[in-house]
Amino acid sequence: MTEGPLVEIVNVAKSYRRGSQVVPVLEDITFSIAAGEFLALMGPSGSGKSTLLNLIAGIDTVDSGTITIGGVNITTLAETELAAWRALHVGFIFQFYNLMPVLTAFENVELPLLLTRLSRRDRREHVATVLELVGLADRMDHYPSQLSGGQQQRVAIARAMVTDPTILVADEPTGDLDRVSAGEILSLMDRLVADFGKTIIMVTHDPRAAEKAHLIRHLEKGVLTNS
Amino acid sequence: MVIPLSYSFRNLWTRRLTTVLTASGMAMVVFVFAATLMLAEGLQKTLIATGSPDNVVVIRKGSVSEVQSGVERNQASIVESQPEIAIGSNGRQLLAKELVVLINLPKRDSNKPSNVVIRGVGEESLLLRPQVRLVEGRMPRPGSAEVVAGMNIAKRFKGGGLGETLRFGMRTWTVVGVFDAGATGFSSEIWGDVDQLMQAFRRPVYSSVVFKLRDTGQFQALKERIESDPRLTLEAKRETRYYEDQSEAMATFLRIMGLALTIIFSLGAVIGAMITMYAAVANRITEIGTLRALGFTRTSILIAFVCEALFLGLLGGVVGMVCASFMQLITISTMNWQSFAELAFSFTLTPSIIGKGLLFSLVMGLVGGVLPAFRAANMKIVDALRAS
Amino acid sequence: MFILKLIIRNCFRHPLRLLLTIAGVAVAVIAFGLLRTLVELWYLGAESSSSTRLITRNSISLVFSLPISYKEKIRQVQGVEKVANANWFGGIYKTEKNFFPNFAVDPQNYLDLYPEFVLSPEERGAFLRDRKGAVAGRKLAAKHGWKIGDQITLKGTIFPGQWEFVLRGIYRGAQRTTDESQFFFHWNYLNETLKQTMARRADQTGIFVIGVKKADQAAEAAEAVDAQFKNSLAETLTETEKAFQLSFVAMTEAIVIAIQIVSYVVIVIIMVVAANTMAMTARERIAEYATLKALGFGPFHIGGVIFGESLAISLAGGALGIALTFPAAGWIETELSQFFPVFHVTTVTVLLDLAAATVVGSVAAIFPTWRGVTIRVADGLRRIG
Repeated sequence: MTEGPLVEIVNVAKSYRRGSQVVPVLEDITFSIAAGEFLALMGPSGSGKSTLLNLIAGIDTVDSGTITIGGVNITTLAETELAAWRALHVGFIFQFYNLMPVLTAFENVELPLLLTRLSRRDRREHVATVLELVGLADRMDHYPSQLSGGQQQRVAIARAMVTDPTILVADEPTGDLDRVSAGEILSLMDRLVADFGKTIIMVTHDPRAAEKAHLIRHLEKGVLTNS
Repeated sequence: MVIPLSYSFRNLWTRRLTTVLTASGMAMVVFVFAATLMLAEGLQKTLIATGSPDNVVVIRKGSVSEVQSGVERNQASIVESQPEIAIGSNGRQLLAKELVVLINLPKRDSNKPSNVVIRGVGEESLLLRPQVRLVEGRMPRPGSAEVVAGMNIAKRFKGGGLGETLRFGMRTWTVVGVFDAGATGFSSEIWGDVDQLMQAFRRPVYSSVVFKLRDTGQFQALKERIESDPRLTLEAKRETRYYEDQSEAMATFLRIMGLALTIIFSLGAVIGAMITMYAAVANRITEIGTLRALGFTRTSILIAFVCEALFLGLLGGVVGMVCASFMQLITISTMNWQSFAELAFSFTLTPSIIGKGLLFSLVMGLVGGVLPAFRAANMKIVDALRAS
Repeated sequence: MFILKLIIRNCFRHPLRLLLTIAGVAVAVIAFGLLRTLVELWYLGAESSSSTRLITRNSISLVFSLPISYKEKIRQVQGVEKVANANWFGGIYKTEKNFFPNFAVDPQNYLDLYPEFVLSPEERGAFLRDRKGAVAGRKLAAKHGWKIGDQITLKGTIFPGQWEFVLRGIYRGAQRTTDESQFFFHWNYLNETLKQTMARRADQTGIFVIGVKKADQAAEAAEAVDAQFKNSLAETLTETEKAFQLSFVAMTEAIVIAIQIVSYVVIVIIMVVAANTMAMTARERIAEYATLKALGFGPFHIGGVIFGESLAISLAGGALGIALTFPAAGWIETELSQFFPVFHVTTVTVLLDLAAATVVGSVAAIFPTWRGVTIRVADGLRRIG
């Protein structure tokens, strides 16, 4: 574990081009996130919270500013390096799970490990471990179409955890779930932070989700409003 | 309530790439379909136009064309004595005894030889063929080694142009004129004095006797008399029918090939249309469910998707026909199998072909779209809305 | 390899779409293969020519005959081993639809010059002995149910009248591609009859077939033969059998070219269909590709999945098409033998079929692969399929 903040965001700005118009989405964002934090990013739609999350996750690039995660300035990385970095350091949890429909739960979780040099046996061990963690070891041979929404999200969380990443990013993780399943997912995420010391950055509308977080920050029109 | 046509139309517009690709497939099929029909049409038109219905061609019985036929001098005289032959304004019978043979001439562009018709003509031959007009030079002087060439020959064959010479029958012949016979078979012929040519080729018999009827209704009586005369082994045909028969084999071949190809191609295009329409339905499941929930009937959904498919077909059909119409600029120069002689003809577009082409494309669209449309229409509302 | 696993499973996601696409490619491959075979048939005469055979005809055109008296003079030309003469008879059996090539030939020499027409010694002897005898190819005889000893009547078109023959032999072709639909009889029978009915046309023949000992003697011998008859009443043109056959092809070249063009159009049509299918498929899965990218997979993996699927489907269609081409060709050879006496699918055609399927799969994948590989992760994830 490093000293100081895990994630440092400094003077980050981002705009999008819509036809001939340039639309600014984020303006001069600066803040940091400590290791082991569970942060919720909230704000009205169009506020830029998803954009900020994408930048932190390394799946989008800043127009200006820097983002340093675990000592690595990801804004200077080239495309291929960024991909390699993501594979090891970021775990994704999406609103619509984004599992591969043609792969079983086991195979979906295994996906990120295929980019490593682990042997087949080692990969199997890792996958079994995380599936156990999310409580779906008995469903490992099921396809996503055979699982409920909550179960699919748990598979997604297992996939996110399997490489033991530096950060977990979650974009509306409970957005498509019923109340009960949403509660289960949030408890699970809580456990990841409490028991495994993971750092989670979550974007959400759901006030119940925000409640589970340790810290809430608001974004409005591309600017952070309070801490 | 009926879903407005603009729904179908706009859906096609939204997924432009798919629409363009699917319609292109159908356009190509329509193009091939139209092109082959146009080719067969052009071939028949050329050959039919080559004849006049008032003219009669008399050849040896059983000969498929003048080239194989032989009419002895005495037989020709008997034909000349028939009463139904028209008399021209100069007081002479409108009748010509002609010789038709083939010679090998090399083409200008490829240097490869092809068979060309040489027709030995009489004084009345030009009068009998009003489609033929001299456009350059003059007619050959009787008794000379001079010939006139049809425009197709002058253009495509070495030695066929005005002022050029040809060598055959151990003599050198000079081309003193060029004639235009429009889109008829005569444009691919060379004409010369029949007596000179008979001598040069050492043929003591004519190939055919051609004459104009005084009254076109008298043909049947004339035909029966000639064909039942024991002194003659001849048959008589109207000139139009004679040329039509000559194109039959090739026209049939072209039509069958065209049909076979079109069937195969259309299978491909219909499959393309089906794939597109099935995908369209699959991607709009929620939309369909919503429409149904709002109160639109199954039938209206069915019609909307069928219309979408028909639009695709129509688009393909129009594009295909437009491209096919450009084929009219191309002329095909090849050998007619039945007459064994050179023939040039072009692609001819008729309103009937346009109609057939468009109808065909609509049918392709319909066939491709009907099953997916049924799938769209028969979805249960709740299943559709639940899907995401 | 997990890419392979993904490719195969992705293919089966839409079974109906998979089936339709495979069917489409198969249809295109069958059409392409059959059209190519048709084009090869056009050139068959030239391909099955012998380099030691020459054909002599009247230099004006085939429509003019040559005096039979030339035969002896030709035989004496340096390099000539054997000479036979032949007339295209053009007779009709029952109806014009039953077209087959029939010739009046000098039997002994002709059969010697065409060893690819294989006859048993008994049948050969019987044919040679009977002035009114005839020999037919195996396929022709089978089509009309002819047996040795049958009387066959042909209606003459060039030589009018009803001509009667007795079938004395049925030949089979030495090679798979030898034409087994030909019919020949004695030239003497034709000539004797003409002497009585149309004396003017007797003692003439259509062509001479010349055999030389070695192929490199052919050109010289041809020139020598033509020199013999230069400035005579009937000047000759002697060329190799291949050149003679090719001259026929050249005359209908326009049609052959058209057929070749059409065969490529068929491939283009199915390429368009396949491209459309792949484009749709890829568009539906953009979110998946974006997820893979997010997880750290690079263009090789993503491109491989898309390209691999396209290729797998079109190769499957190609294989099916190739498999079905053979029975189709067989049917054509049997049922449509008057137009297509030999319709044999060659190895070259099969290889070209495979190449065509590969091209279709590759080209169809270009745009979707490029799209999938270059999509920005954030954009791709936003599109939920």
